[in-house]
Amino acid sequence: MSGNMNLTLKVWRQKNSSASGKFVTYKAPEISPDMSFLEMLDVVNEGLVKKSEDPIQFDHDCREGICGMCSLVINGEPHGPKRATTTCQLHMRSFNDGDTIVIEPFRAAAFPVVKDLAVNRSAFDRIQQAGGYVSIGTGGVPDANEIAIPKVIADEAFNSATCIGCGACVAACKNASAMLFVSAKISQYAMLPQGQPERYARAEAMVLQMDEEGFGGCTNTYACEAKCPKEIKVTNIARMNREFFNAEFIKG
Amino acid sequence: MLDAKIPSGPLAEKWNKHKFDLKLVNPSNKRKYDIIVVGTGLAGASAAASLAELGYNVKAFCFQDSPRRAHSIAAQGGINAAKNYPNDGDSVFRLFYDTIKGGDYRSREGNVYRLAEVSVNIIDQCVAQGVPFAREYGGLLDNRSFGGAQVSRTFYARGQTGQQLLLGAYSALNRQINLGKVKMYTRSEMLDVVTVDGKAQGIITRNLIDGTIESHAGHAVLLCTGGYGNVFYLSTNAMGSNVTAAWRAHKRGAYMANPCYTQIHPTCIPVSGDHQSKLTLMSESLRNDGRVWVPKTKEIAERLRKGEIKAVDLKEDERDYFLERKYPSFGNLVPRDVASRNAKQVCDEGKGVGKTGLAVYLDFADSIKRLGEDTVAAKYGNLFDMYRQITDENPYKLPMRIYPAVHYTMGGLWVDYNLMTSIPGLYALGEANFSDHGANRLGASALMQGLADGYFVIPYTLGDYLAKIGPAPIDANRPEFAKVKSEVEVRVKTLLSLRGNKTVDEYHRDLGKIMWEYCGMSRDEEGLKKAKGMISDLRADFWKNAIVLGDNEEVNQSLEKAGRVADFLELGELMIDDALNRDESCGGHFREEYQTPEGEALRNDDDFAYVAAWAYTGDNMPEELHKEQLEFENVKLTQRSYK
Amino acid sequence: MSNFSNAFSSTLGKKLVMCLTGLFLSSFLIVHLTGNLQLFKNDNGLAFNQYAHFMTNFTPIKVVSYLLYSSIIIHSVWAIITTLHNRKARPHGYAIKPKDGSIWSSRNMGILGTILFVFIVVHMSNFWYQYHWGETPFVEYRTDLNTGATITKEIQASEFTEYVSYIDNGIEITKSKDLYKETQFAFQQWWLVAFYVLGMGALSFHLVHGFQSAFQTLGWNHHKYRPLVKFIGLWVFSILIPIGFAAIPLYFFLLK
Repeated sequence: MSGNMNLTLKVWRQKNSSASGKFVTYKAPEISPDMSFLEMLDVVNEGLVKKSEDPIQFDHDCREGICGMCSLVINGEPHGPKRATTTCQLHMRSFNDGDTIVIEPFRAAAFPVVKDLAVNRSAFDRIQQAGGYVSIGTGGVPDANEIAIPKVIADEAFNSATCIGCGACVAACKNASAMLFVSAKISQYAMLPQGQPERYARAEAMVLQMDEEGFGGCTNTYACEAKCPKEIKVTNIARMNREFFNAEFIKG
Repeated sequence: MLDAKIPSGPLAEKWNKHKFDLKLVNPSNKRKYDIIVVGTGLAGASAAASLAELGYNVKAFCFQDSPRRAHSIAAQGGINAAKNYPNDGDSVFRLFYDTIKGGDYRSREGNVYRLAEVSVNIIDQCVAQGVPFAREYGGLLDNRSFGGAQVSRTFYARGQTGQQLLLGAYSALNRQINLGKVKMYTRSEMLDVVTVDGKAQGIITRNLIDGTIESHAGHAVLLCTGGYGNVFYLSTNAMGSNVTAAWRAHKRGAYMANPCYTQIHPTCIPVSGDHQSKLTLMSESLRNDGRVWVPKTKEIAERLRKGEIKAVDLKEDERDYFLERKYPSFGNLVPRDVASRNAKQVCDEGKGVGKTGLAVYLDFADSIKRLGEDTVAAKYGNLFDMYRQITDENPYKLPMRIYPAVHYTMGGLWVDYNLMTSIPGLYALGEANFSDHGANRLGASALMQGLADGYFVIPYTLGDYLAKIGPAPIDANRPEFAKVKSEVEVRVKTLLSLRGNKTVDEYHRDLGKIMWEYCGMSRDEEGLKKAKGMISDLRADFWKNAIVLGDNEEVNQSLEKAGRVADFLELGELMIDDALNRDESCGGHFREEYQTPEGEALRNDDDFAYVAAWAYTGDNMPEELHKEQLEFENVKLTQRSYK
Repeated sequence: MSNFSNAFSSTLGKKLVMCLTGLFLSSFLIVHLTGNLQLFKNDNGLAFNQYAHFMTNFTPIKVVSYLLYSSIIIHSVWAIITTLHNRKARPHGYAIKPKDGSIWSSRNMGILGTILFVFIVVHMSNFWYQYHWGETPFVEYRTDLNTGATITKEIQASEFTEYVSYIDNGIEITKSKDLYKETQFAFQQWWLVAFYVLGMGALSFHLVHGFQSAFQTLGWNHHKYRPLVKFIGLWVFSILIPIGFAAIPLYFFLLK
């Protein structure tokens, strides 16, 4: 079909977490501009399987930009060149015929490579487990409309809650810092009345778990905000700092 | 006849009475029970968290890298609840009634009433967890009308309701993981159920990182593994969504109920080519202001497809607003199944648009003229952006192209009122079971059902079973575990020995095309019979010529896919059998032979007001049909009409 | 619930140390520049030398100055600690340097800080050390309080014991170490002037990121006040102050 592109891919291949990896070059011929980036990789993989070569491993699931499973650093950019877009929603029309595309995994000590482009982001789960919840059980809760929440607060909390936990913030940050992710959750609960009883204990527990996982510190370059597919704002990080210092120096 | 164990007594008192009749587990004994929960979507996460809160030891499994990724997360529209906050006449009974009617009278009154009843608790629960639902300026919760409902009972969180609800359930799960009551196994795929003395007492899983085949024992097993829409290859499901857990359970004795009931959603972004891996849904709220049309003649359609003319250049008399023409009173707002079927029909007549000819227009030009572009953007801006991102077309200037896509499967594992399958101790929750939506699911009801099952049904009904079997430990070293484990290992080996010439994806695509063509939006006997043979051949070919690469002891996507597609190939055949058996049209099941003179689904309540529950009898053997008669004591069965 | 060791050992705590010392150092810049503006007075350094004496002998200021020295050291040491920690968080870098829309200075605070540290060492050995322990010239000012006219006279070490300022017969006599002359002498060397201008360039870039960043770290990132903080950070700290400082060596080099 006309308008199709021939591309060269340089893909990071790594057998497992303990193996050392390297870049391998593949041809991606006849790529339609209507394909998503992951569909382009599907096509390459199908070609590899036909040749009995090991297909490229990458994480993906919903392909609608909401599950947060897809990742990839494409030509140096987590989730590729478009703003507010996950890799699964990136289309090949963002590239040109003849391009060479370098594809790497998210790189961070806290995100060890599982295989090829897939990394282990369970550190994020452990941070959430440390305090990313309201300690209430099922049942016995008040009627939903007994808690009135000003719309501006609800909307702002929602903005923080849209984080999909993909880890692009860590991948983009020169320090591999997870603060945008952690602060989004801390912020959501810090703003809502439901989060108040555990507000400071939560902030402390989540920050300390984040440190334990080996993420770097924030140097306020705001690369995370620029690359966040859900456009989570760095004001969340400021709020987290406030919550944490409050927890440590005043409320603790 | 199957017994669904629906409690006796008046509809509104069944659940309360039942809750009292259920046996309880002594609080100090709860920690002696181990519960296995497979899947961490809305049903699985809420069940795992709630059961752990009660004191049971829970082991939870998901194939994704984190429990938060389950596909419940992708639900956009909202969640229904009979709160009647807007004071517009809603009630538990009305939600019950709408759900039964929407399901074309193929669901159980008792289950559906319970669902409507606990719907109100769900909203309370989620708000208490900090789920940021949309609110009014007064600070209280906002509601909207959804999917043609006459009352506003849908709670929503922008277009990301599923995400916010799942993150709420995930947070409850995380709390229990932190407390040590839930042990979470991620990147673990369930490959079989282990039964001991006829009771489900464990599962066999494969660790997707290193291939370890593991045995896990428990007093009960809960399958919360979602639907099987990916049997069609292209669907709005996630890439990983699969039927394996449910199908393996089916082969161990759990009945599969109404597998032919599939919901096809009318407003999806059309397929752009063979590379297409999945379909993206756009909220059906778009039909509130968009007008659906195709060119009046094949010739014009052809010129459009070739790009010789543009849609905007067509005059009014060259356009066929087929929904408005055929359904003057409901117009573009006819139910999902009707809208989908009509779109397929016009495309089959050769009037489809887009490069592939498999699309119809959804046109906002009139709305933009009437309301202004700003108003339209405020209402649908995010959907328009999404459409533009995927198609590279500007829906403010050009009409959108839409086409139906498989979205949800109403069928699933047969469960009784307690959500227990036909294997004692094996439960199915959420989309994995068949119970509440009949032949068609209403918009914003999937989230409701998943959470109802997990938060408010299973914590009661499971205790009854556990109290009866007692807390004696279950031993994973029993020979039954070793036997099933070795069968799983053999199957893995067999798959890995396939070094043919056709990729697993190619088989999957072929299967999807057969299912879509012959068991999709409309079916007929001839086509179904043909499809049955085709699938059977395809399956035989798969086990000869598929390519499965690599070893078990590594991350192996080739092996994972092969196992799932092998199960889809078997399920596909059962879906065909079920569709062939059901000589009527109802909801998502439309048999060409059974339609009213106006072309609407024609039910046969005398012969088919039953649940078709299929029992596995052996490889390549016909499945055995068990019927559960549906009793309607509180609603009158009527014919739907949208003229 | 917590103790302070958690607070300071955490990544946020380390950042807080950077932020507080940084802000303190920034505030000092204002004082320092205000004082140094005396150099532009056409009084042969009388006001400046009075100011220099005041700054080195007034006890509260002395206390603050020790705080200042320790801030410089802590700010630098903590910078090294956090940088090492942050490097460890990404042991394997990217083949293609990430494009992320961040401003250059925010990614290069370490380099800028190193330049500044070298600058401070040179600056302090040139003036602070010289003033305290080095060989400085001395000066005597005699001001006729009736006419306001001042006569300046260089004096020898033998004529000078300590800083004095008294009035005798309607004439105010001030004897002092002559830091003004020292300054004038130093900035006759073009390479030193160039070094100072370069240092102030580094300061400018360091502060354009650093000042607003400190507020972010403190959690003071409010949409109403953020523009003000950015404005001050840009116009005061990264433009006015560095220009003010850089003007001194240029002034002496070109005009004196």
